[in-house]
Amino acid sequence: MPADTEPLLSVRDLTVTFATKDGPVRAVDALSFDIHRGRTLGIVGESGSGKSVTSLAVMGLHNGAEVTGSVVLDGRQLVGLAERDLSRLRGRRMAMVFQDPLSSLHPYYTVGEQIAEHHRVHFGSRRSAARSRAIDMLAEVGIPEPRRRAGAYPHQFSGGMRQRVMIAMALVCEPDLLIADEPTTALDVTVQAQILELIARLQEERSLAVAMITHDLGVVARVAHDVLVMYGGRAAEQAPVDAVFASPAHPYTRGLLDSLPRLDDPEDTPLRAVPGSPPSLLTPAPGCAFAPRCPRAAAAVEEDRERCAHLRPRMATTSGSHTVACHLPLGPATAPGRPRPEHPDQIRKATSP
Amino acid sequence: MTSTSTSPPAAAGSPRQDAAPLLAVHDVTKTFPGKRGRTAPVRAVDGVRFEVAAGETLGLVGESGCGKTTTGRMIVRLLEPTSGSITFGGRDISHLGPRELRPLRRHLQMVFQDPYSSLNPRQTVARIISDPLLVQGSSAADARCRAAELMELVGLIPEHLDRYPHEFSGGQAQRIGIARALATRPRLIIADEPVSALDVSVQAQIVNLMERLRNELGLAYLFIAHDLSVVKRVCDRVAVMYLGRIVEIGPKHQVYTAPAHPYTRALLSAVPLPDPVAERTRERITLLGEPSPSSQLRSSRGDPGRPAAPPPGCTFHPRCPKAQARCRTEAPVLTDTVPATGRRVACHFPEPA
Repeated sequence: MPADTEPLLSVRDLTVTFATKDGPVRAVDALSFDIHRGRTLGIVGESGSGKSVTSLAVMGLHNGAEVTGSVVLDGRQLVGLAERDLSRLRGRRMAMVFQDPLSSLHPYYTVGEQIAEHHRVHFGSRRSAARSRAIDMLAEVGIPEPRRRAGAYPHQFSGGMRQRVMIAMALVCEPDLLIADEPTTALDVTVQAQILELIARLQEERSLAVAMITHDLGVVARVAHDVLVMYGGRAAEQAPVDAVFASPAHPYTRGLLDSLPRLDDPEDTPLRAVPGSPPSLLTPAPGCAFAPRCPRAAAAVEEDRERCAHLRPRMATTSGSHTVACHLPLGPATAPGRPRPEHPDQIRKATSP
Repeated sequence: MTSTSTSPPAAAGSPRQDAAPLLAVHDVTKTFPGKRGRTAPVRAVDGVRFEVAAGETLGLVGESGCGKTTTGRMIVRLLEPTSGSITFGGRDISHLGPRELRPLRRHLQMVFQDPYSSLNPRQTVARIISDPLLVQGSSAADARCRAAELMELVGLIPEHLDRYPHEFSGGQAQRIGIARALATRPRLIIADEPVSALDVSVQAQIVNLMERLRNELGLAYLFIAHDLSVVKRVCDRVAVMYLGRIVEIGPKHQVYTAPAHPYTRALLSAVPLPDPVAERTRERITLLGEPSPSSQLRSSRGDPGRPAAPPPGCTFHPRCPKAQARCRTEAPVLTDTVPATGRRVACHFPEPA
């Protein structure tokens, strides 16, 4: 882990507040994280956890929301930067890939024109040079016959190919930071695997810093080096990927892992669901956002329970680079890589295929 | 969720060939007409054949466009099959008119993917749940009483009967959809992606609810989903569809541990596991036609194929890593691999079990 080098992206106490007719909504609340070059941070959360708003705020696309805190990209403060300056960085130093490529591409222009436009805007390149750059980029993301396909319109591509086009467009100006917001959620599983492999390859070739925003813990396990688990607009837990899966410290992370049906579980263990629903941001809990659903808080003694309900937990280090925001964090697991078998009525067979 | 049984009492994966099945789908085909001469007709479902026994859960999996939803809609007769027959409870329902279908519909209900768009926002929950009962001739008082019972059965508070759908969370709304489906005491429920629109922590709640209801009420499910992990948890048997055909069907453990069809193998190997250690050593079976990292491109081979113009022979052959000359000309028939196991595969060169 390149802890000695400066992170490419450094976010500190990022808070994003939207004014709604029902009052202010704090979609992201005092969030801090770093991403280094060549590393992938998996940002995991459910609907309303603030993971997408975080990425929009980093890109300066938060559209009218109030943003406080600090976002530093390669030494440059982005919070409070004028739109003029931001738009020079957007696409050039940092780029984004969205979930639905069809609604992110313009239906009236060929994909070649759309990719080339980015290059022309940021580098002032000539039409022909930008076009050949776009074709190279299409080839690099694995579009067959790139010269011909550059003249095609978005609707003429399949979902997976469109996502490749989006990635080509994001990377044509060789940014340092790629934010991918659920880039494979709309895709079939075989296509998802291809797109994740593509992003990983491009990351390695260009030593990109990648923020992979997803709700799918399988995707995180596959691509992330580090993981940030978000809940109710706040960071719940942050750690290297192996630590999060082997010994989750936050009861929410643990609950998520336990509630997943697993392809590699020979016994079909019953799922242990997290009770309740994700919280409403309109009426945030004064204490821990997860407290109303938390089995540890429910089982705790009166004094601890009160603390969970009324006192907001701060991020604290458990070990090394593993941090958690919880008054009652879980200890390190005894079974590495297998958080499940503490369930008393489920004794796993020692043999597994 | 209190049930700890890992398998339902009714059917633990064993197809009971002696008893008459609850549902028998026989060589069913659905062709949608093209757009007035501009596009060819689309054969969305092509000779699909399977059975569902009482109390059994059959999973129907496949990628988008494989015909799994069309199959489900034909069984509840929202669509009429172009050819073939659908027998429910011993009666051929494939071409019954609305009037003849009405008494049967109480036994055959559906749960949809998007809980909000499948509930009328202008009706109270009481109205939504009791509507099927009113249609079937219950009195308003009886229907309301039963609606309260159903709310309790699916884990909602009966006092909330007079609320509107928007007052519920996604998971709760899906519970309402399930309560509505259960109102007429059906024997078979077609669940089309019932958990894929829900948050991860809520998915397990609905999966557990559906399992409990099956055990308590002796329901049979046709569980349509693209998430192979969820299907593995819920189902007794699994059918894998590709371009309108079933390519493999059998008891879940056989299909998941020893997939015989190359497509099933590729699908299973592409699912990301929530286990970073396993992910690092896992090998994915790549299909032909995936754009190669080296940008040395194949063009025509490996086209995934479209239902409007399916490839000749085995429809999977353009993507199949094992395809040979015979696969390009001769369509494989779904046949028993090992007789009497209920395991059938449509492949000229299946993997040995």
